[in-house]
Amino acid sequence: MGKAPVTPTQTVGPFFHPCLLRPDAVITTLIKPETEGTRIRIEGRVLDGDGLPVDDAMVEIWQANHYGRYRHPLDQRPLPLDPTFIGFGRTGTDEEGRYWFETIKPGVVPFDDQQDQAPHILVMVFARGLLNHVVTRIYFEDEPANASDPILQRVPEERRGTLIARREEVDGSVVYRFDIRLQGEGETVFFDV
Amino acid sequence: MDTTTIGEIIRGDREVFPPYLYSAYRATIKRSPHLPLLEVPLTLTELTGPGPAISEITPEDADLTRNAGTGGEAIGQRIIVTGRVLDENGDPVPNTLVEVWQANAAGRYLHKRDTWPGPLDPNFLGIGRCLTNEEGVYRFLTIHPGAYPWKNDPNAWRPSHIHFSILGPSSRTRLITQMYFPGDPLHALDPIMNAVPEPYRSRMIATYDHSVTEPEWALGYRWDIVLRGPNATPFGERKENE
Repeated sequence: MGKAPVTPTQTVGPFFHPCLLRPDAVITTLIKPETEGTRIRIEGRVLDGDGLPVDDAMVEIWQANHYGRYRHPLDQRPLPLDPTFIGFGRTGTDEEGRYWFETIKPGVVPFDDQQDQAPHILVMVFARGLLNHVVTRIYFEDEPANASDPILQRVPEERRGTLIARREEVDGSVVYRFDIRLQGEGETVFFDV
Repeated sequence: MDTTTIGEIIRGDREVFPPYLYSAYRATIKRSPHLPLLEVPLTLTELTGPGPAISEITPEDADLTRNAGTGGEAIGQRIIVTGRVLDENGDPVPNTLVEVWQANAAGRYLHKRDTWPGPLDPNFLGIGRCLTNEEGVYRFLTIHPGAYPWKNDPNAWRPSHIHFSILGPSSRTRLITQMYFPGDPLHALDPIMNAVPEPYRSRMIATYDHSVTEPEWALGYRWDIVLRGPNATPFGERKENE
């Protein structure tokens, strides 16, 4: 336990858009033309316990670059940093609860000294009615490494599918579809991290 | 209010953080997860994060009384809100992004979904941001936000508050919360605030600090923010490293 008193969370409420989603704070396109890696688009919806769209959510993502390196002082592994890629995205949902990001598929990152993790993207969802944000992960349907991913192995098998984005090809480009169900049937796995 | 259903599902510090389900705050009923959160080991994914992330921040961004771009000044009681962003060891978190938003002095947000008949102030956007300095200090000049009605239950009013968003040094330290003002009688009636159990609720209330107050200018409030975990990763050194 630390010495300083941790500040409790509160809901983001309904009125965050002008601040958190001002034009220069929204990052739906994480890549530049020269960014290295396989282009992907992530699309999905945020849904409530009735399956209705959550039209006032904010979605943030965090991911490693093409080589599996995080742009962060804690990640000092001898892998290339891509100067054109931070790995952070932030957007709001629309009236249908939809969100999207244009990014690259992240590389493999370590779990510990022995094991790697399958490529994945960390996702946080904030909304009115969420007194604390929820944290989940996007994995990729066509990724063989999922079978041995140490985090996915800890997810009950019947719920693992909620973390796996479905691959689609739309007009020749790859789209991964990832819906986030806050509650009820098909409820997304959220992590206590 | 006595029949409030309080859920068992809580992310993070179970004593301090609010549960997802707190039925007196009605919007939680259909948006709170029903299934237990999965506890997993922290990996590099959770222990890293975006850092400041936003490149262009100007000193004007931290002055909510004059950042509307109109040349005019917001109406209201001018206040200074300052404090430090700390980790759990009490060490400062430097160079991290702090974003704030709030209602105007009449309790009205500049937002298409805020339609109650409180007057708008053309010189007030109600948004600000800054980076913490090397000592972890943030500082905003703004006006005291008004209370405002909401439709949670009959005659419901939210106490005056300022929303805070802090990125912190990792994904795990990400925090969105609200700062309240001391001595507000609406605190006891607010289900959002009361979703946090006592005695931790008071951690969200700023302190009036006369040493922050500036003569003939503005009243001062102090509020420190403590993020989860130790801060092993000073982002202040990032630029030199890259």
